[in-house]
Amino acid sequence: MQAFTVRVQQERFDSGVEIDRLSHNPACGAVVSFNGLVRDYGDRQDVAALQLEHYPGMTEKALHTIIEQARQRWQLQAATIIHRVGHLPLGEAIVLVVTASSHRKDAFAAAEFLMDFLKTEAPFWKKEILRDGSAHWVEAKASDQHAIGRWQ
Amino acid sequence: MKLNILYFARLKDSFGMGSEQLETDAASVDELLTELRQRGDNWSCELAAGKAFRVARNQELVRLDATLGDGDEIAIFPPVTGG
Repeated sequence: MQAFTVRVQQERFDSGVEIDRLSHNPACGAVVSFNGLVRDYGDRQDVAALQLEHYPGMTEKALHTIIEQARQRWQLQAATIIHRVGHLPLGEAIVLVVTASSHRKDAFAAAEFLMDFLKTEAPFWKKEILRDGSAHWVEAKASDQHAIGRWQ
Repeated sequence: MKLNILYFARLKDSFGMGSEQLETDAASVDELLTELRQRGDNWSCELAAGKAFRVARNQELVRLDATLGDGDEIAIFPPVTGG
């Protein structure tokens, strides 16, 4: 089994299966997971769906680099990042991060670190599609840029 | 020298293309941007100094003073918004 995996895909994923996959290492006492979902508001109200675009090749590299950075800071036995692209209706999962460690604190911190850096370094772009059919690209948030400041 | 240039998200829509091959003498990212801005309209507007966009060379983020080589893959895109 690959301990550190990155996947970019259109299909849905099963968080339970992914968590379970990292839950059979006798050295791991902690598995933390984060699910990011399509919400009904973003830059505007009445969001019906997101369209996710990415830069194939660079995305996977960037995600592996972020995992490497996390491994240098915390003791991690395994980690999974799955990010979906394409058309994602309201309520569906966009992203999954799972971290496994001997200790809870490392697993929590690494999961948050992975999400903070994914949001600012991995080449994904969201377009919001509203209920009236109009669509616009989401603007990058200063708050996401600030979020990585605390890890430096 | 020949570059493969990729555009993503808002820039792809605005320029009406996702990629192009460009024969250029630009020695740096900065010089390439100057050349692209000369196309006018959306190009000069989207790539204006002070506009928020990022440049990657061979799939690594680089600064504007980064040098260019024959066959490089250059991507120009807005700040990322995944997650």
